[in-house]
Amino acid sequence: MPRIGVFVCQCGTNIASTVDTKKVAEEMAKIPGVVYTGDYKFMCSAPGQDNLKEIVKEHKLDGVIVSACSPHMHEKTFRKACEAAGLNPYKCEITNIREQCSWVHHDPTKTAGTAKSIDLTRMTIERLKKNKSLSKIKIPIKKKALVIGGGIAGIQAALDIAEGGRQVILVEREPSIGGNMAKLSETFPTMDCSQCIMTPKMVEASLNENIKILTWSEVEKVDGYIGNFTVQIRKKARYVNEDLCNGCGLCIEKCPFKATSEFEMGMSQRKVIYTPFPQAVPNIPVIDAANCPKIQKDKCGACAIVCGPKCIDFKQQDTVITEDVGAIIVATGYQLMPNERFGEYGYGKIKDVISGLQFERLASASGPTGGEIRRPSDGKTPKNVVFIQCVGSRDEKKGVSYCSKICCMYTAKHTMLYKHKVHDGQSYVFYMDIRAGGKRYEEFVRRAIEHDGAMYLRGRVSRVYEKDGKVIVQGADTLSGNQVEIEADMVVLATAIVSKEGADTMAQKLGIGYDKYKFYNEYHPKLKPVETVTAGIYLAGTCVGPMDIPDSVSMGSAAASKVLALFSNDQMARETITANVNRVTCNACWDCLVACPYTAIEKEEVKNRQGAVIRMLARVNEGVCQGCGVCVAVCRSKSIDLRGYTDEQVYAAINAF
Amino acid sequence: MVGHIQHTQTDSFEPKIVAFVCNWCTYAGADLAGTSRMEYKPHVRIIKLPCTGRIDPLFIIKAFEKGADGVLVSGCHPGDCHYTTGNYHARRRWIAFKSLLEFTGIDMKRLHFSWVSASEAIKWVDLVNNITDEVKKLGPFVEYKGLCER
Repeated sequence: MPRIGVFVCQCGTNIASTVDTKKVAEEMAKIPGVVYTGDYKFMCSAPGQDNLKEIVKEHKLDGVIVSACSPHMHEKTFRKACEAAGLNPYKCEITNIREQCSWVHHDPTKTAGTAKSIDLTRMTIERLKKNKSLSKIKIPIKKKALVIGGGIAGIQAALDIAEGGRQVILVEREPSIGGNMAKLSETFPTMDCSQCIMTPKMVEASLNENIKILTWSEVEKVDGYIGNFTVQIRKKARYVNEDLCNGCGLCIEKCPFKATSEFEMGMSQRKVIYTPFPQAVPNIPVIDAANCPKIQKDKCGACAIVCGPKCIDFKQQDTVITEDVGAIIVATGYQLMPNERFGEYGYGKIKDVISGLQFERLASASGPTGGEIRRPSDGKTPKNVVFIQCVGSRDEKKGVSYCSKICCMYTAKHTMLYKHKVHDGQSYVFYMDIRAGGKRYEEFVRRAIEHDGAMYLRGRVSRVYEKDGKVIVQGADTLSGNQVEIEADMVVLATAIVSKEGADTMAQKLGIGYDKYKFYNEYHPKLKPVETVTAGIYLAGTCVGPMDIPDSVSMGSAAASKVLALFSNDQMARETITANVNRVTCNACWDCLVACPYTAIEKEEVKNRQGAVIRMLARVNEGVCQGCGVCVAVCRSKSIDLRGYTDEQVYAAINAF
Repeated sequence: MVGHIQHTQTDSFEPKIVAFVCNWCTYAGADLAGTSRMEYKPHVRIIKLPCTGRIDPLFIIKAFEKGADGVLVSGCHPGDCHYTTGNYHARRRWIAFKSLLEFTGIDMKRLHFSWVSASEAIKWVDLVNNITDEVKKLGPFVEYKGLCER
């Protein structure tokens, strides 16, 4: 016979004003197996808890019921108290008679509240009788992190983890780390040069002994669970031996072939063997195989001839390396919406209609024009420049419903950069609203308008077309109520920020959620902004949604601090509410495997002495299982159960109803 | 005959209703109703589960057998499941199971399936009040009672 103690809390008058706690306690004493009952003013107070501990010991209780507030409130408190008294914490159950009883049934005669409290407590007692002692699951932690994406968010995260003394692998898809920030000219609202603040961080990352940078590489497969991930990374063929290359750059100089530069957003050419930009980290070139005549047709090979350390290898193949890590930070970044979708703005047809990122390259000292603002078609200095805001953003019909957040600010910056470089030039900005929320942001926009003379026109542009070497912009100025037509020399579109191509396949590899725009879902948008539903995988930067550099950096640091906290222990204890398989009755139908949202169900082979597989079984990976119980309900042979919510426990509660 | 019995018992009839709710959305929504000191009818007894996906249809049959006059199932809204897809399983199972229950003679008015989020205390209050009124009108459900003892 069990020895159960029932403690009914009055919660001052919170419960006692509508529930007769004494009567509840008396009624419970009649139930077989209940050896102690009592009601108290405040169970959660220190004396209340001490009293509970004493009674557990005195009456040798093997189960405790606390009928009080919601278990979301004090379940942990009372389970801890029971543990201190030598009882297994999972032998303590809470009955919710406050939030779901006394507070919602205002009957002053206490009839309804008392009757309901008695029912609820009785159900919990019967459930408790079926509770088993459980112990927390201990998982070993591999103290090495993987950061996917080498933009500013990823670099920041990697640096923070490395400074915390842990090893990091930083994987980047492109030949160099740096991401979009490396492309920017200056940054708002401080106007410091992006590369001046970015490149020291890139170099720091490359010099840090705890950081292993893998560029020109992609994550191919992720297995495992928190503390124990196994990751396969594809290192794409670079055709340059990274160990031998000293970055002299002679191969680039001598290469006779050119292709369009991705880094310069298609506005200039690069060599076929190249580094994307002069400050690339690592400073090791890569051969663009598709455009290299040596690789395609076995002609040329100039780079290999001039290379001193003989590191060019035209036969190099992709290699797949495997790394074991304990945590993963996803910082895959963003891209711009393809402007071709906006035919009315002439992008792709009119050479002098460019994107915001292209303007960044024009204004950058290391860009295709050396920092001079010259328009792409004929290299002339544009005297009138029109900036169009919200191209694709806040446009559910043709683009996306959300605001891209940074365009108002970078357009204000563009008008200033333009004015500083072309003193007699005039900029026009067509906008919907100016969104300048942020420290010193509003002042920055005012400076663009008042000090640098940017002409802000509130309204949309209906058409952009070419006439006599000019780009004519037709639009509305809704504040004056007039149609306007501007003869511009160049048009800059503030195109929407969208998720990186392949963001969805990456999410599927990782088992994390994403929204309809393929931005990754946080565990909780406010309270758990860097966690994902998959334990051990964290988020940073614009893969979550549009954000500016300070936010991306903050998120990178936040994710890193989560990883460091995880790595501060050799093992982690986690809730033991997980599914477990009855190995005798499981018939391997795999319904559970299909239903599991976490791929926590594995196929286990049972072998005979000769090593031949004689039977298959489902096995629950306790590290991955989150305890939802979906598998339990789908199991045809009732061979899976959920600890803490077993069929036996649930039926016991129903039977006592 | 059955209708007649139900009618005479309706006046003083206090129905018993079992609610199977998920831990993350509806249980928290019901807690919020308490924290906001809302009031609703006291006939519902909540059984908390981690997810609606954990609910075996047999729980519902068992509840009716043990004397429930109505059953309520509620979880996170589609797309909001704490376990990403558990409530989709519950929804699919519900659709399949509903016709079976109808076939066995349970009036579908006794069984409610709903989505109540952690912030929808008002929805929870309305839901409980509505099902209580509805079940009161229908009278006690006796057909399944003590089925296994018979």
